[in-house]
Amino acid sequence: MNDVETLGDVVAVAFLLLGALLCLTAGIGLLRFPDVLTRMHAGTKPQVLGVLLIMVGAAIRLQGWSATWMLLLVALFQMLTAPVSAHMVSRVAYRRRHVRRDRLLVDEQRSTGKDRVYRGDEPADAPPEEPGPALAESLREDREDREDRGDGVR
Amino acid sequence: MTVAYWLAYGLLGGGALLALIRLGLGPSLLDRVVATDTLLVIIAAGLAVHAGLARDPTLVPVLVVVSLLAFVGSVSVARYIGGMLLRSGDGGQDVGLPQAAEERAGQVGEADR
Repeated sequence: MNDVETLGDVVAVAFLLLGALLCLTAGIGLLRFPDVLTRMHAGTKPQVLGVLLIMVGAAIRLQGWSATWMLLLVALFQMLTAPVSAHMVSRVAYRRRHVRRDRLLVDEQRSTGKDRVYRGDEPADAPPEEPGPALAESLREDREDREDRGDGVR
Repeated sequence: MTVAYWLAYGLLGGGALLALIRLGLGPSLLDRVVATDTLLVIIAAGLAVHAGLARDPTLVPVLVVVSLLAFVGSVSVARYIGGMLLRSGDGGQDVGLPQAAEERAGQVGEADR
């Protein structure tokens, strides 16, 4: 029963081996790349393409529609969630300066001085570049605004 | 068949081992998050490879759980670090996070230049 008999089995095993190879490349890339962003680049290879190949291979080998639908669900879920988690991890990595800025060719997020002050609409995990001075500065601006309006007694 | 069996598990095991080494080496929390995420994906891939090679569909529901778990884990740790950042005045160093290893490496690189 577990033998490779038909052409479909050969194709399925080839897909499974290709997906496993992508997992190995992810491990090598994780170990050898220099910072968080490049490691994420390596680690995402099996998250999408590898999982898709392995799901296709397993769906060919497994009999019955219930297994196929569940594998399809896993593949769909991976494709939905991989960008979300990658976005959150990379944003925190940039804010925590885990990024080798000397290795970036283009750095569009580099502070222009505009987002140094709290405006009140920042997401909770993306504060200004220097949170301490920014908070002090925004408090000082608030105080000045109140004094300008003449109700600084509060 | 046995060749495909050993080859597939060898590739997956090699990838998992290298991800584990990165998990141990760090150097920062986020590197470990990325390594854990990759490790869970490799485990899910291994379960699917087993299901496919042995024609055994009993492990397929476990796959759904594992892929959910990887997403929830990495997102919650990322938000946790973001919350630590919000209350820190020094890029996280005053709430117990060490100086970013990449920043330190960059400073060493600039000093060499």
